[in-house]
Amino acid sequence: MSLMKITRREVMAGGLAALGASALPMPAAALGQMDTAIRNAFGEATIRRGRVMLELPPLVENGNTVPMTVAVDSPMTRDNYVKAIHVFNDKNPQPNVVSVQLGPRAGKAAIATRIRLAGTQKLMAIAEMSDGTYWADTQEVIVTLAACLEDLQP
Amino acid sequence: MTARALINVPKKAKRGDVIEIKTLISHVMETGFRTGTNGRMIPRDIITSFECTYNGETIFETQFFPAIAANPFVTFYTLATESGTLAFRWIGDNGFEVTQEAKIAVE
Repeated sequence: MSLMKITRREVMAGGLAALGASALPMPAAALGQMDTAIRNAFGEATIRRGRVMLELPPLVENGNTVPMTVAVDSPMTRDNYVKAIHVFNDKNPQPNVVSVQLGPRAGKAAIATRIRLAGTQKLMAIAEMSDGTYWADTQEVIVTLAACLEDLQP
Repeated sequence: MTARALINVPKKAKRGDVIEIKTLISHVMETGFRTGTNGRMIPRDIITSFECTYNGETIFETQFFPAIAANPFVTFYTLATESGTLAFRWIGDNGFEVTQEAKIAVE
């Protein structure tokens, strides 16, 4: 991200200014709700890909109940364990799905639950390790019948 | 509001084994984003947190959001360290609170 900012500033300071004031500051709207929520939760922390396995069915008929498992590759010892797992979505009315706090006593860093999905979208699971690093996995899910949208009929 | 909770914990385990715990609780998990028959929004009514303690020590904690499906089901793991009690607690909107216990024998 910082690379992008530098590039933009350089461009702004450079020749673009000569073209007129058409270059407005880039709005944060370029980020989806998931990225914004992740930024708010973890700040500028580096989130690396790997060590996390987010499993969801690739094609879901009913978004009201979608099985989801998250497993993190970790020895789960006293000095090296998974502190927390957070799952975010991109298209539900709220970006959070679930947050879990674990400790070395978990033995195995894995959870399974059932979630709701309001439409075809991307999900991301982020694991917070005891050494302060963050690891993530993303998954795309196609949903044919969305949750939350069906209102009660009179 | 009454809620039925089902918990699956192995009755016996060897010391140091990783055991699987499955929990299920009946709850509508109303998202707060749906419109009712009168055209008004149905207020949110969800379970917001779930906690498991093993002989008094918290081993697992989670925060639920409306994106969790109705009748929340959670599977997680823990190390069988000693014989004792696993206590489960669900807390939610409108004063919802359910606690349940399960015994485990570790040898």
